[in-house]
Formats: sequence, C-alpha cells, structure tokens
Amino acid sequence: MSSVNTTTFEVLNRELAAKIDTIITNNANNSTKLVGILLEVQAIVPKQYLPLEIAAYISQKMNIPLSRIYDVISFYAALSDVPRADCVIQLCDSVVCKVTGNTVLKESLQELLGIKVNEITADGKYALEPTACFGACDIAPAIRVNGRVFGHLTSKEKVKMILDNYK
Amino acid sequence: MLKTVSFITENFGKYDPKSIDSYLSIGGFTAVKRALTMSSNEIIDMAKAASIKGRGGAAYDTGRKWGQAASVPGLNKVVICNADEGEPCTFKDRAIIENDPFRLLEGMIIAGYTVGAQNGYIYLREEYSHLRPLLVNAIAESKAKGFLGQNILGSGFSFEIHLYSGAGAYVCGEGSTLIESIEGKSGRPRIKPPFIKECGLFQLPTLVNNVETLAIAAAALTHGIDDYIAFGTEKSPGSKIISLAGNVKKPGTYEIPFGLTIREIIYDIGGGITDDHELKFFQLGGASGSIGPASIVDTPYTYEDLSKVGLTVGSGGVLVVDDRTRVIDFVKSIQDFFIHESCGKCTPCREGNRQILRIVDRFVDGAQNPNDLETAERFANIMSNCAFCGLGETAQSTLLSAIKYFPEEFEVKGGN
Repeated sequence: MSSVNTTTFEVLNRELAAKIDTIITNNANNSTKLVGILLEVQAIVPKQYLPLEIAAYISQKMNIPLSRIYDVISFYAALSDVPRADCVIQLCDSVVCKVTGNTVLKESLQELLGIKVNEITADGKYALEPTACFGACDIAPAIRVNGRVFGHLTSKEKVKMILDNYK
Repeated sequence: MLKTVSFITENFGKYDPKSIDSYLSIGGFTAVKRALTMSSNEIIDMAKAASIKGRGGAAYDTGRKWGQAASVPGLNKVVICNADEGEPCTFKDRAIIENDPFRLLEGMIIAGYTVGAQNGYIYLREEYSHLRPLLVNAIAESKAKGFLGQNILGSGFSFEIHLYSGAGAYVCGEGSTLIESIEGKSGRPRIKPPFIKECGLFQLPTLVNNVETLAIAAAALTHGIDDYIAFGTEKSPGSKIISLAGNVKKPGTYEIPFGLTIREIIYDIGGGITDDHELKFFQLGGASGSIGPASIVDTPYTYEDLSKVGLTVGSGGVLVVDDRTRVIDFVKSIQDFFIHESCGKCTPCREGNRQILRIVDRFVDGAQNPNDLETAERFANIMSNCAFCGLGETAQSTLLSAIKYFPEEFEVKGGN
C-alpha cells in the first residue's frame, strides 16, 4: 500500500473522501456490500468512474485487498476504471430494441453528439455506451441517461428534446 | 372477450406502492397473517397443490423446492429473491416491484417462515436502481409495523430483509453466481455439489426464488389456491405474467391464463403486428429461449404444449418479430449478447461463443464456408452439454432453433 501514500491525488479531495466515508459507514463497512458501495461511489465521482486512487482508498478503508476490488470493478459492466463523462448515455443494443428499429435512435444520437457509440465527446461531457437490455422493451427503442430511462425514441426530434435537458 | 386475468397482478394500480397504510387498506399482509397460523408442511403442500413452477426460467416446482429447503438441517438459513431480471424482453419483475412491492415482501416472509430462514436478501439488478427507493421504503415501513424484525406479529418467527445491488451482469441471474455477487465478489458460477440449498450464501442453506414466484405464493395464501388453479390447463394450472414486446402494437406486461394460443397473445392481447406486417417468428423466454416460426403460432402457451415444439415458457418473455428482420441478423444479435455476458470461467462457453460468432458473422455477410453450418451446430451442442452453468447451456437455443425452423436462411449461396 506504500504506493498509495506516494500517489498524487487528482480526483480524491477531502470533500470526496468524506462522502466515500459516509457511503462506507452507511453500509456498515460490510465487505459483502462491495458491489453496491462501488456503484454508489462511482455515481459521485466526477466522470462517473473509479480511478486507482479511489479504489486504493476504499481498499484501505474497508481492509479489502486491492486485487479483489479490481476483480469486481473489471468484471461488472456497470463499473468502470476509466473516465466516462458527466452525462452517460446508454443505448440499448439488445435484440428487442433492434427488431423494434433503433437505427434512427442510434444515428440521431451519433449525429447530435458528434461521436460514435463507445466514444466520449472531446469536452468530456457526453459518453455514448452500448448496453444490454435494461428491461424497457415495452417502450423500445430506449436509452438510459445517467440511470434514467427514456423510451419511444423513434425520431431525431424526440432524441433532441431529451438531450436538451442534459446541456 | 377479455383474455387477461388478474390474480398475481390484482393489486396493480389499486394502492400507493409507497405506503404501507395504503397497502393495509386493501387487505395487505393477509397472506403473512394466514401463513403464520399454518405449519410449514401445510404451506408446502399448498404450494405443491398449486403446482407453481419457478418463474425465473428454470420452471422448477416451487412446493418441491420449499420442501427440500425446509428439510435441510440448519438453524440459520437464508431466502434470496432473485430480482436480476436480465433476459432481454423480460420486464415483468419490474412491473411487480413498481406496482406491488409489499406483496413481494409478503412472499419472502412466507418463504422464510416455511423453510425456517431468519434472513432474506433481495438482489436487485443495477438497471432497476430507480426502483430501489420503493423497496427501501417498503422494507422500512414493514419493519415499523412489525411485519419484519423480531417476533413477527407475536408468532415467535423473526425475519429481516436486506437489499443488495447487482452491477450489470446477466450471469448473476444464475443462483450460485448471484450468491457470489451478494458476497461482494465478481459473478462466476460455483461448482455443484454442494448444492446451494445446503451450502449457499455465506455457506448457509439457501433458497433462491424469482420475484414472480414469491408474488404468486403471497397471492395464493391471500385467496387460497382454488381461484388460481381454476385458470390454465390440467398440466399447467394457473396464470403467468408475460412480457410482450417487439413488432407488436400493444407491448407490455399481461397476466394470462396458461392455455391461450400464441396467436391469441400476439393478435388479441397485443393487437397484432405493427404496421400490419407479417409475423415471421417469435422468441419465448428471452435470449436463452428458442424461436418458433409463424406456422406454429396456434400452439397453446402451456409448459407441455410448448415443449412438444421445442419451446419453453422460460421467463415469460414473448418477443414478436415480423418479416422486416432476417433470421440470421437476429441470431447475430443474440450471439453478440452472449459474447458480452459469458463470464469466461468455462471453455465451452467462452470459446464456443467466440467460434460460433465467427461463423455467424460469415452467414450475415453471405460468405459462409460449406461446412460452417455443421460446425456451428456441433459447437452449439457441445456448449449445451458441457458448459458449466445455465448460461452456456442455453446460449445456443436461438441458433439451434433457427437452424431447425429456418434451414433455408443458412443455405450456401452461389457456386456450391
């Protein structure tokens, strides 16, 4: 853990550390809650990811080996160890959204954001990620923006209306 | 004629899911009160008589499962509610949690009482994190009113419910993998034996039930099983919540009695195909389910009739696909899904999916080799027989059923 102490912290400031402490305390410092704790922490880190310094901080605080924390971060699709964006847009690429016709949705997002799927805008504001089915097939084609679901996105106008809320 | 029924879903829209007082005003917690006056064996017999098959997809008899869990020795046991509804085209557990979270808790309390567990865990998928506050509130209010905690309603039975979150891994819907995840680890399945009923979460005897299964148990204890088994057929009594989606005019969740034909589901309940296109095929039970062509659309939706044509009820997903989608593109989409979701633990699933994708990609481009179909089929069968867990065993259901029902879509074009 000596490497942790010599690392220059870029993301982890005092305020964020206090918030992480609160999350760990609210979960009773329970190692079985690791998956949920990492999700909660990721949601409050700028660019919605878990950098090494934060993984190491949680490892120390919870007395869990860093290797196990990374086993979890690298396994689950909802956890990321690389920076995402302020606004993470997840495009469902499951078979239901495909047969329902999500090409317009995909093309509209790419055009309005100026990036392709799996890319992040240069200013770090928007990320466009493909994702597995999130159970909104009744309103397909659908997207999730920072965890919130929007459906019936069959035209560019509808997609633009949603993106306008996340400027 | 109204084809849907209302038994499991009877409370939908009838009360405020954020309020236990609202739930109590419509007779909430009748099931728990009744269960606590019965013996464990009486409840198990009732579940067996109702012939409730597990609604996550495996269709194991719930009464039998509860009987086995109750007979495992152990003073400390756990009940897990599997709310990791990851099958594409499946959103009925979402509907239950959104509309009737208290009935789900009732089902868990009853299951805990029946098998002798002290703790219950809800494993909620990350994609449903917006439903978390509803469950947090339902658990807190139930505890405040004495339906959870020590000595519930003076019965001497004590039970707590804990809420855990998934993080976007389809494989965690598998029982032992879900347990690994609740223990705070990456989600890879465990070898069996030991079976999770004897050695599961934290090495304790563990019962895992799906959201809908637990909701049916609570509904059955509220009303008795006579009204329930009056629905359906002799071999498939009762009702099922289906998730209807795809190229259909009225997608959504519907509670249907077993025995309706798939035609009735698609055309009478779903309003027919969008833009009045032709039905091409349908997929039942999510990505791990098989596809059936329009020619068998008159098959009744029952466990026994579907099995005759190689289909399963599974999770209850009904995905309708019309003539605008090529079968091979559909297979490719499913294959991409399983490549993404395979945990990589066992070789048949990890490598089998990759090799099959290479072949499927050639079919998509029309550039297949003469022996590709035979190779893909052989690999698919190896996966079904040798994969470590249910994910790998069922990953090729779509491909195998597509080859069976749509052989012309795989024919080698050109010179051969």
